[in-house]
Amino acid sequence: MPWGEFKDTAAERRLFQRRATVALVFVFLLLAGLVARMYQLQVVEHDIYSTLSDRNRVQVQSVPPPRGLVYDRNQVLLAENRPVFSVTLVPERVGDVDATLQQLVSVLDVSDEDLERFQRRLREPRRPFQEIPLRYDLTEDEIARLAVLRHELPGVEVEAELVRYYPHSELTAHALGFVGRINREELQRIDSVNYAGTNYIGKSGVERFYEELLHGKVGYQHVETNARGRTLRVLDRENPVPGEDLQLHLDLRLQNRAHELLDGRRGAIVAIEPATGGILALASVPGFDANKFVTGISVPDYRELSDSKDKPLFNRALRGQYPPGSTLKPMLAIAALDSGAVTRDHSVWDPGYYQINSTGRRWRDWKRGGHGWVDLTHAMAQSCDVYFYEAAVEMGVDTMVSYLSRFGFGEDATLDVSGALSGLLPSPDWKRATRNEPWYPGDTVNLGIGQGFMLSTPLQLATATALIANRGEWVEPRLLKDIQGDRSRDDFLPDETHEPLKLKDPGNWEYIADAMAEVMHGVKGTARRVGRGASYRMAGKTGTAQVFSLAEDEEYDAEEVRERLRDHALFVGFAPLKNPQIAVAVIVENGGGGSSTAAPVARELFDAWLLEFSAVADGPSISKADPTIEAP
Amino acid sequence: MATREVFSSTASNPLGRPRGLWSALHLDPILLVLLVALVSGGLFVLYSGADRNLDVVKAQGVRFGIAFVVMLVFAQLDPSVFRRWAPWLYIVGLVGLVAVLFVGVGAKGAQRWLALPGLPRFQPSELMKLVVPMMAAWYLSRHFLPPKLSRIGVGLAIVLLPMVLIVKQPDLGTSLLVGMAGLFVVFFAGMSWKLISAFLVMVSVAAPLMWFFGMREYQKQRVLTLLDPQSDPLGAGWNIIQSKTAIGSGGVDGKGWLQGTQSHLEFLPESHTDFIVAVLAEEFGFIGVLILLSVYFLIILRCLFISVTAQDSFSRLVAGALTMTFFIYVFVNVGMVSGLLPVVGVPLPLISYGGTSTVTLMAAFGILMSIHTHRRMITA
Repeated sequence: MPWGEFKDTAAERRLFQRRATVALVFVFLLLAGLVARMYQLQVVEHDIYSTLSDRNRVQVQSVPPPRGLVYDRNQVLLAENRPVFSVTLVPERVGDVDATLQQLVSVLDVSDEDLERFQRRLREPRRPFQEIPLRYDLTEDEIARLAVLRHELPGVEVEAELVRYYPHSELTAHALGFVGRINREELQRIDSVNYAGTNYIGKSGVERFYEELLHGKVGYQHVETNARGRTLRVLDRENPVPGEDLQLHLDLRLQNRAHELLDGRRGAIVAIEPATGGILALASVPGFDANKFVTGISVPDYRELSDSKDKPLFNRALRGQYPPGSTLKPMLAIAALDSGAVTRDHSVWDPGYYQINSTGRRWRDWKRGGHGWVDLTHAMAQSCDVYFYEAAVEMGVDTMVSYLSRFGFGEDATLDVSGALSGLLPSPDWKRATRNEPWYPGDTVNLGIGQGFMLSTPLQLATATALIANRGEWVEPRLLKDIQGDRSRDDFLPDETHEPLKLKDPGNWEYIADAMAEVMHGVKGTARRVGRGASYRMAGKTGTAQVFSLAEDEEYDAEEVRERLRDHALFVGFAPLKNPQIAVAVIVENGGGGSSTAAPVARELFDAWLLEFSAVADGPSISKADPTIEAP
Repeated sequence: MATREVFSSTASNPLGRPRGLWSALHLDPILLVLLVALVSGGLFVLYSGADRNLDVVKAQGVRFGIAFVVMLVFAQLDPSVFRRWAPWLYIVGLVGLVAVLFVGVGAKGAQRWLALPGLPRFQPSELMKLVVPMMAAWYLSRHFLPPKLSRIGVGLAIVLLPMVLIVKQPDLGTSLLVGMAGLFVVFFAGMSWKLISAFLVMVSVAAPLMWFFGMREYQKQRVLTLLDPQSDPLGAGWNIIQSKTAIGSGGVDGKGWLQGTQSHLEFLPESHTDFIVAVLAEEFGFIGVLILLSVYFLIILRCLFISVTAQDSFSRLVAGALTMTFFIYVFVNVGMVSGLLPVVGVPLPLISYGGTSTVTLMAAFGILMSIHTHRRMITA
């Protein structure tokens, strides 16, 4: 049918005009609807969306403060911060995540744990373009390999974070402690604002005790980020206050020497500078590499450490509680003299045993035939047990306990040594309370030679020895020497609480010190071989502690049982006799006799401190003496 | 008649018919000025939306150049050419749509492109946006208007067939636009209001059926997301939340050109393509949106005027349908970006980055100009 021939074009035109008018109204109404919608979003709800937009764009980032460094007394760096690199993936930019993972696994050492954690994080809700860490602590090799492959791996990034590093970790792990990732328990304790952005916290030792000082104060910055979370510019910033750098009394050279001297054995050494109470060395052997704990130790590594029979994780210096044995005799001698139980010229006949009454039990002297007639000086020099049995009975337990507690036994007398144990100073009350048994006279006899229930840590023995070296002036042991910033050390070091131990006759201090010198230099001194040939006079006391039992579940072969049943060798002492520079306590587990095993160790330390190091001690150029130790 | 006054009063005034050079070029200066204003303003927004990437702006400029040439060519053709070609083009389009289903190429699980040797790649569905209204107009204008029921049925079938083929690709957005173009022809042809009501009722009944049987999972997701964007703020809801945030944070006068944080910091997805109006709203505020919508409204007004003053039913129906299709583009895109409609892939006409739709749209304006400038001297 041809167009336009039979058609009413005018009518069709009118029809179209009507429809076009309707269409126009339709268009107008819908456009008005759009305008209304835009008005609602842009004018009515503008504030809401403005806030949303700012929240999108502006992120508050916490800037973690760099943790304070720790130096030894000679400015040798003991704890520093080192960048640690981890590899992260941004799934949105990676494309094929599985293929990328496969490629990464082929160039990196990625454990199943790492993969599992990654897959878990991948499934969790997160911002678009937020990165997911795959592996921490990349080696330089791995970073280099990743750098080569970088162009093939879009969305794979290497990120850096400052992490604690201990350059002399095997030596300092027990003295310094270490930091580790903040765990759930700590998360509840810490100030979450100040720790925003911080992943690590002091777990033990100095790191734990001075956590507040070392951590510093968190900083903030408002940054503009894009949707990928990439920071584009910093809008404003409040800088963090870095943690304070600490200087310890510790001397790394002495610490190193202590470890060398105990190498291959189990034991502990504590050395204190009597005048300051500063801990010069705090060695527990074997040590361990604390760096492994910082970023999280692997399960096999941890098992190896915790299952080791040598218990490297156990801090013997602070937490090893041993019977002090004869090393307690100098303190008991002070007690006996000052309480009047004995006098300087009081002598005792030692037949080789002691009886409270003639029909009772015999307490044997370590020397089978006895020492014969001995006064206090000889009793000290030869470590005569019978003299001290008798003195103990004469004093009574209460007097002994009262004096021993003045020496810091039975308490943690330290100012800033985190985790130190208080040992055990037994008393009738204690025995009744814990064992529901009366205090027998025999218990008093045993306490007289430091055996029985009494337990003390090497640190306590060193502290008590330093008190004698100080002639009764109490200076609590401490690690912190100085804060290398504006803040005062005294604000952070706890107050000293101990009164000086004043004797009725102060001359008795000198008398006992001389008696201890007899141990080292006397003709019959138990450690005379050790004291021989010294250019200075030293004071000391040997000791032997019986190992009474093995834990039931421990299995040893016969050879080991024999070795591990041997007595612990102990030694306490200070040098030089006048104006002492160093007081030490040495314990060698299963070392046998104190005079043969522990005393030579102490002599080496005395020589090192007084002769070898003294020429340059406290000198500023000290670190140059040992090129292997890097100066800050 | 009042409605008659609206359109016919200008029929003889200077605004009505191009004179002189414009007539020789077969261009309508008013429509041309509006389009040039829209396109050039759009390029500024595109520069910002593409994050200052001048290459994107240049590429789009080249496309506009091509599109203007296409418009110019179409404008030179007499409307009767379109009428005569309509059935053949329709058949070619259908063959193309069927071919796409078998040998088409594309991305993201949809086959939309036809790559014929020796020819540039093209989308048959894009062609159908022009051809379906032309075909429906061809069929309906052969007879008296308003059409009889049976002819309406055939007209609807002409529209429905390519729709179904396009949905199969799958490309729901284009299918609906093609359908709308065809339906507007039937509407302008004078389908009775009773039938229109009945049709609307049918559609509203069919919608739930579509939900359960016709729509794919991702399409359902888009609808659900529209209703509650917060249900999946980092996934499907991200686009809507971010575009609403961009628009709302623009306020009355906007953040300033190139100062939009939502787009430049990459929070706003598709900021230079489908979501470009959010960039404009963020940077130029409510005032910018009002200006944009005003320009669109003026273009539509001019096009409706051209439709009403066209000389024959075929021209009127085609012009009216193309005009309304253009409007639907605007409405669906702005509605989608502002969170009124579900997210369907409809660009903002003549502003969003992209070549195919630009060429199609300018071809449509070429047809409108052709209708307006080719006057037969009839003395009826």
